[in-house]
Amino acid sequence: MAITEPTLPKLFDLALTVNGTRHEQPVEPRLLLSDFLRHDLGLTGTHVACEHGVCGACTVLLDGEPVRSCLIFAVQAHGRSVTTVEGLGTIGRLHPVQEAFRQAHGVQCGFCTPGILTSVVPFLAEHPDPSEAEIREALSGNLCRCTGYQHIVDAVKLAAQAMQAANEQSAR
Amino acid sequence: MTKTLIGQRVLRNEDARLLTGAAQFVDDVETPGLLHAAFLRSDHAHARLLGLDVSAARQRPGVVAVFTADDMGADWAPGPPLVSPPPTAKDVTFHSRRQVPLVKDKIRHAGEALAVVIAESRYIAEDALEDILVDVAPLEAVVDLELAMRPDSPKVHDDLESNLAAHLFQKKGDYETACKQADLILRRRIVIDRGAAAAMENRGIVADWDEKSQHMTIWDTTQAPIPIRNGTAARLGLSENQVRVIAPFIGGGFGPKMMMFYPEELVIPWAAKKLKRPVKWIEDRRENFYATTQERGQVHDVEIALRKDGRILGLKDVFLHDTGAYDPYGLTIPLNTQCHAMGGYDIQNFTTEVSVVFTNKTLVTPVRGAGRPQGIFVIERMLDAAARELGLDPVEIRRRNLIPPTAFPYEHGIIDQAFAPLILDSGDYWPVMQKALEMIGYETFVREEQPRLRKAGKHVGIGIAPFIESTGVGPYEGARVTVEASGKIFVATGVGTQGQGHFTTFAQVVAEQLGVEVSDVRLVSGDTAEFHWGTGTFASRGAVVAGNAIHAAASIVRRKVLELASKHLETPEDELELEGGRVRVADIPNRSISLAELANLANPLRGAVEPGTEPGLEATAYFGPRYGATAFGVHAMILEIDPETRMVEIQRYVTVEDCGTVLNPLILEGQIHGGVSLGIGNAYYEKLHYDENGQLLNASFADYLIPSATEMPRIEVGHIETRSPLNELGTKGVGEAGTIPVPALFAQAIENALADPQLEILESPLSPNRLYELMSQKEAG
Repeated sequence: MAITEPTLPKLFDLALTVNGTRHEQPVEPRLLLSDFLRHDLGLTGTHVACEHGVCGACTVLLDGEPVRSCLIFAVQAHGRSVTTVEGLGTIGRLHPVQEAFRQAHGVQCGFCTPGILTSVVPFLAEHPDPSEAEIREALSGNLCRCTGYQHIVDAVKLAAQAMQAANEQSAR
Repeated sequence: MTKTLIGQRVLRNEDARLLTGAAQFVDDVETPGLLHAAFLRSDHAHARLLGLDVSAARQRPGVVAVFTADDMGADWAPGPPLVSPPPTAKDVTFHSRRQVPLVKDKIRHAGEALAVVIAESRYIAEDALEDILVDVAPLEAVVDLELAMRPDSPKVHDDLESNLAAHLFQKKGDYETACKQADLILRRRIVIDRGAAAAMENRGIVADWDEKSQHMTIWDTTQAPIPIRNGTAARLGLSENQVRVIAPFIGGGFGPKMMMFYPEELVIPWAAKKLKRPVKWIEDRRENFYATTQERGQVHDVEIALRKDGRILGLKDVFLHDTGAYDPYGLTIPLNTQCHAMGGYDIQNFTTEVSVVFTNKTLVTPVRGAGRPQGIFVIERMLDAAARELGLDPVEIRRRNLIPPTAFPYEHGIIDQAFAPLILDSGDYWPVMQKALEMIGYETFVREEQPRLRKAGKHVGIGIAPFIESTGVGPYEGARVTVEASGKIFVATGVGTQGQGHFTTFAQVVAEQLGVEVSDVRLVSGDTAEFHWGTGTFASRGAVVAGNAIHAAASIVRRKVLELASKHLETPEDELELEGGRVRVADIPNRSISLAELANLANPLRGAVEPGTEPGLEATAYFGPRYGATAFGVHAMILEIDPETRMVEIQRYVTVEDCGTVLNPLILEGQIHGGVSLGIGNAYYEKLHYDENGQLLNASFADYLIPSATEMPRIEVGHIETRSPLNELGTKGVGEAGTIPVPALFAQAIENALADPQLEILESPLSPNRLYELMSQKEAG
């Protein structure tokens, strides 16, 4: 077998916004968005569990739309805006969806959780009052091995109620 | 004393970090100069390794080192035996063959590690794997358990006479004599195949050797950090205190992360020390399917002897157990199977004989359930067959055989996985079953709904399956509880945590003793620098063994607090109470002292103390049970089968658990829900398909289907509480309770739904395809 001389790949000057902060960094074209977020930016809340787009753990928002960060290259996010779990809320100020997951015990080991949160946030934006069947359908792209999904479903319902109540409050 | 925290639905202390992405998992560890490892793995399941040419890989820019077995020199040695054969059983055969760091001469399963590349990035390391030339001579693979035991089978380990890894015979009473009094003897062959644990986080390890301080820090996705520390120190010729193992947040364990000393755990610390650079290896999902341990493969030849009223006179179970290519975990799983094959039933005569078999497949170690689901599947299938044969209701035959409450502690006279006598410590089984029957509406369903639905052409069925769960086994765990100068509490314990909520349930135990808020208790688990005595999180033992050690330590600290407060407040201890972080004189609320003040009084910076005084409000305590606590439960289910697709829709799912004292019902329910989801996967979706060459055909989440939110039903959880007399808290474990009876329950409910006396389910896992095959075979036959 002939082995070709390895050459260093050309770098691409990536510029993007992550959780509201602009980053400019040269990257290899083959660098996955998940690896860029986790290891270049240190945003380790985005988790990688299957590396082929099935489990949903690595879900992030790209211009507000959920995408599998293990299936796209960092360069594909050039000029765009990425939101990771770190951009949803903070320990002292949880996002209503995060708070609902705490209240309903929607977290066990917490490994799939960031990808579930980044899937649920846009889902609830489109479905403010979802049925249980709709919630389960929406969650079907995220695998969880700890919870059996029941408390996650409960958490999504709770989040929907809390967010609706907050909206009504602010509308008054 | 406030008796309010145990049993409360307290929200978890650890959640805010997990929910915001702030919790540290192993792959989140970054250290300066970190290198990345990738393993070259065998494509063949069985082959002689003739040569490895790593020269091109070594020259690739960015590659720091490539190691093969030869490069390890005298440091190459198989992993340590983890569980020795039971010392108390006579005539045990056990051939210990342990996994190797890197293959030296013979490849024994697909995915076995041949070489490791260490590079400046994982991308470069994986590129370099492609540069390695592998020369092998393939051998016929040993895959099927029964073929493996034939004299003409190829051998996994050439130095052994056969593929027999171990043999163990146990008996209680006299089965042969019991048969003579039997009205009915049934024989069945039952086949159970493998599944994966499939934790969402793959395994990983970071090893950081600091040459200057001569100290090794290891972050490992292990359920057993303390044994990893001790074993690593021994292998590297270091003192145990030169090695710190941290099991940080772990993304699910379910057993395989317990398996101490995977090849990667042998190689990575060694490489880090050799290179004097930190090295990280993170398993990918494909590797997880090939290199992380699996379970469940067994073939049973079972005989049951009954009276015509359904009473079991005896049971005989002769079975094969698949251990894969090596057997570091000893007899744990088959012992569990033996101990659960009698379920919660009063069976006086029992013969059980297991042959453990080496195969050219991934290693087998416990996966949530750990041999128990197989045992329960065997007895429940036999009881269903007997009920049909005798014309008895499935509930009635079980009621007649359940161990009565007066019989506890119920001694079986065989040994369990901890080599302790199998004694069921406590329970009251029939009320648990009654509650499950009530919750699912058994009578109404069977008498009214099912006939009506059947008339409408629907294939609806009901199942009900009781089970025992041996939990909380020894040897021991420990904990240290400290009242810090701030008045807050610090707890250190050795067990790792993989999502079970230990930061909260253990905090509840401590907070109850010391009268503080649960959120004021900070717990560190799984860091050997904080606590270095213990074994690990396995066998549903965290809440029982570690929980009671923590309770014991907190109780001692409470005594110290009261003693000191009594002196300071000049009040007898029995007139003091602990609440809100203060000790106060009962009925005189303004005479009080805070825990913070007491902690400082207990640790003076100047002055003399009485001889023999220990500083601080701190205690370390241990708990080791004489034998494990045995939990009991019943699951019931109503399902409907689509006659076209054979997909099942679970319409109701009920569980009733008796796991003794419940520490936190919210967390308990989560444990049950998750356990059931793995059980449903085991029963109807998940099967590892190995071909005749030992190749795993479905090594991805696209092909190996774990249940998603749309397959999972809503689970209704009921409780009954019989405290265990074996520990202060009265707890029994519950970690595996959700999983254990599900395959048995599915088989029963499917048979019931199809209502075809010719169709008998004697295998697990099932799937829509497999059910279609079984139904077609029957029609063809």
